[in-house]
Amino acid sequence: MTGRLLSIFLILAAGAAAYLLFPYNLAFLTRILIMIVLVLSLDLILGLAGIATLGQAAMYGAGAYAAGLFAIHVWADPVAGLLAGAVAGALLAAVSGAVLMRTQGLTLIMLTIAVAQICAEIANRARGVTGGADGLRGIRPGKVLGLWEFDFIGITGYWYAFAVMLLVFLALAIIARSPFGLSLRGIHESPERMVAIGVSVYRRRLAAYTMGGAIAGIAGALSAQITQLVSLESFSFTLSAEALIMLILGGTGRLYGAILGTVIFMAVHHVAAANDPFNWLFVIGALVLVVVFFLPRGLVALPVSLKRLAKGGRHAGT
Amino acid sequence: MTLLLNIAVDGVAYGMILFMIAVGLSVTMGLMRVVNLAHGGFALIGGTLAHWLGTEVGLPFALVLLGAVAGTIVIAMPLERLVYRRIYGFGELQQVLATIGLTFLMIASVNLWQGSSLLSITLPEGLNRSVDLGFRQLTAHRALVIGVGALVILGLWLLLDRTRFGIRLRAAVDNRDTASALGIDTGRIYMLTFALGAGLAALGGILGAELLPIDAYYPLRYMVLFLIVVAIGGLGSILGSFVAALAIGMIETASRYLVPDMATITFFAIVILFLALRPRGLMGRVGA
Amino acid sequence: MQGLEVRGLSKRFGGLVVSEDIDFDLPPGARKALIGPNGAGKSTFANLVTGILAPTGGSIRFDGQDIAALDEAERVKHGIAKTFQITTLFSGLTVRENLRLPVLERQGQGGRLFRRADSDPKIEAEVEALLAQFDLLALADRPVVDLAYGQQRLVEMALTLALKPRVLILDEPAAGVPSSETHLIIEAIERLPEDLAVLVIEHDMDLVFRVARSIVVLVQGRILTEGTPEEIARNAQVRELYLGGAHG
Ligand SMILES: Nc1ncnc2c1ncn2[C@@H]1O[C@H](COP(=O)(O)OP(=O)(O)O)[C@@H](O)[C@H]1O
Ligand SMILES: [Mg+2]
Repeated sequence: MTGRLLSIFLILAAGAAAYLLFPYNLAFLTRILIMIVLVLSLDLILGLAGIATLGQAAMYGAGAYAAGLFAIHVWADPVAGLLAGAVAGALLAAVSGAVLMRTQGLTLIMLTIAVAQICAEIANRARGVTGGADGLRGIRPGKVLGLWEFDFIGITGYWYAFAVMLLVFLALAIIARSPFGLSLRGIHESPERMVAIGVSVYRRRLAAYTMGGAIAGIAGALSAQITQLVSLESFSFTLSAEALIMLILGGTGRLYGAILGTVIFMAVHHVAAANDPFNWLFVIGALVLVVVFFLPRGLVALPVSLKRLAKGGRHAGT
Repeated sequence: MTLLLNIAVDGVAYGMILFMIAVGLSVTMGLMRVVNLAHGGFALIGGTLAHWLGTEVGLPFALVLLGAVAGTIVIAMPLERLVYRRIYGFGELQQVLATIGLTFLMIASVNLWQGSSLLSITLPEGLNRSVDLGFRQLTAHRALVIGVGALVILGLWLLLDRTRFGIRLRAAVDNRDTASALGIDTGRIYMLTFALGAGLAALGGILGAELLPIDAYYPLRYMVLFLIVVAIGGLGSILGSFVAALAIGMIETASRYLVPDMATITFFAIVILFLALRPRGLMGRVGA
Repeated sequence: MQGLEVRGLSKRFGGLVVSEDIDFDLPPGARKALIGPNGAGKSTFANLVTGILAPTGGSIRFDGQDIAALDEAERVKHGIAKTFQITTLFSGLTVRENLRLPVLERQGQGGRLFRRADSDPKIEAEVEALLAQFDLLALADRPVVDLAYGQQRLVEMALTLALKPRVLILDEPAAGVPSSETHLIIEAIERLPEDLAVLVIEHDMDLVFRVARSIVVLVQGRILTEGTPEEIARNAQVRELYLGGAHG
């Protein structure tokens, strides 16, 4: 319990410090927070349950469009919008997962990419509803909890996203230690054994995938409300791939790896991509290869890896 | 009737392109058990070299084709040694990441060299002429695509069935450990197979540029398409890839003709349904 | 009838007959051993009984009820469990977590979200008892990968016993265990609950003769003979089989 309090305190302190140090970059900091929520959702699915996916953007996009449309047509309340995003993400994950969770390996990875592409295609065709390639515009979220209006400097947006991120982090920290979380780790380690102790692995994986979908949907909803725009890019392969890279960079299965990886990745991106997106591809390509070959367990394992290296051992593969 | 024939002819041409590009991916994934998302990058490299050799160097088409394919192989061989050989033993996630990283590097390199716009490939006059099939006109280029595709499958069949290399390759796909225990130099087989696959991808990329236009983002745009051919055909099966590529060519072409607005969605729906029912594909020996 | 009742069970893989017309009983409290050369079909038999494989023919009843239609997970819930010939554990988890998982699942708590996995005192007490029963207390917080193979085999048994089965099948519990550690396995088997029906598949004859009160000999998918350890030791055909060098 003290560990949990300490991590909450550290995250709060980091959030406040970032706010004070970079008051003119709040939009960027908020993007990081949204990305952290997405990467956390991936950590539940991939880090805990071991479900390899390259299509997390599907649920992110679904959440974004759902929250955007909800705000335009139903109710502008941001918290209700988050809920709409979560429901949309969970629904998409449950429906697609019903098929996807029966497959594994290459087929699974490929189908997760395909689902995101289908979503993008549908959003593109349904121009009348989604705005197609122009994106969904005209989202005007109301006051957060009826108290705080979204301001153009982004102060409300920042703290709103921060609060959502912290809540998601805490919920996942609780789930990770729960019997359900333990069973997901069990499935990750040995699905055969899980069946042998009487568990329907398919149903457990589907439940995890759906939960991850809800959280990705929340991330999408946040982005729709704060940027007041949803574009087809929300479904892009690049977004799924980058989320995966951030997670692996930080280290899987430990939640704070997701935070660390996202912050570092986004910071490097900010610097490297400032002038030319293609240069950025050089940086990210090289970064990924470095992580795979030299840091297979991510930055959170760096101290251990260094110690092993000092002892003259080989790097730890997984 | 004419519609059906049109779908058949265009579908076969499209299928041949998919087959040439994807067959190397299927064999390397079946042989080396590596999830390779960068394979489309070799088609991109081939296409880029062809664009350069044709428009800037000004070589005739036959030499362009030859030079681009050879150039791709020359680039692929050291990549196999430096990157792929190291990730064979890794988990599937690590392989996914490493090959995504490689894909990004390929895209960035092509952009640095030739920019991000469409890279046209100049065809000789003769290939633009049409042949009259009675029910429609077919450009000589499409006829060439179908012809080359047929030659490739024939050549691969001869290679696998009639040569020592083929026997060893099949042994290694069936069981890697036994093969190396029998004294087969699997390292060499991996490299040659990889090079062959990359070369065929380059060939398919160049010949198919009319249908799948070449630009820097090519490997990302068509990644799923190539993976679908492999997954439906079954990992490691050449015949499976061939049948899958033709079927996919037909289905995509048919949905473009018949339900143009819903083409992509129809296509994906059929693919997902198929894979849900047969997760190992048509002829998969290896669990995907 | 109480316990396990197998009649006319057979299994073919394509043209290969791996189990042929097997009749087999395992009443509560039984201590049986299944022996036979490598490839005789012993593991296959265990897999048929536990539902990992579907039989080609024959019937499997448990406490009089036909269980042929149940899948592996459902048979576990009915009380039929087996250890794996090749150790199959949650290798990155600690020994304690390995045992906590099956206990949680048996209690139907495996899907709970908003409480800690280690917060139920009843479950924790059961886990501690298992750790003590298999002499694993000192290793409880080590990841299973770090354990010696003999100890992993103990975890394998403890994990299966955590399901509170009424039929326990041990598939070569001592395979790969150095002979200096076999006694750990034997002692663990001797400490199993009295009324549990136990079937041991094993090549180690010391172990078989120590724990079994009845031995079934399987050759090429068929039951050659069944008898007390003394009868089996005297049986000429069995001696031929084992001394003749067929033993792998
Ligand atoms: N899934 C399978 N497919 C085909 N043959 C199998 C399969 N499992 C086992 N066999 C074959 O069945 C025979 C018996 O195997 P097994 O039951 O493992 O024997 P044992 O445990 O007695 O050594 C062996 O010849 C083995 O090759
Ligand atoms: Mg066996």
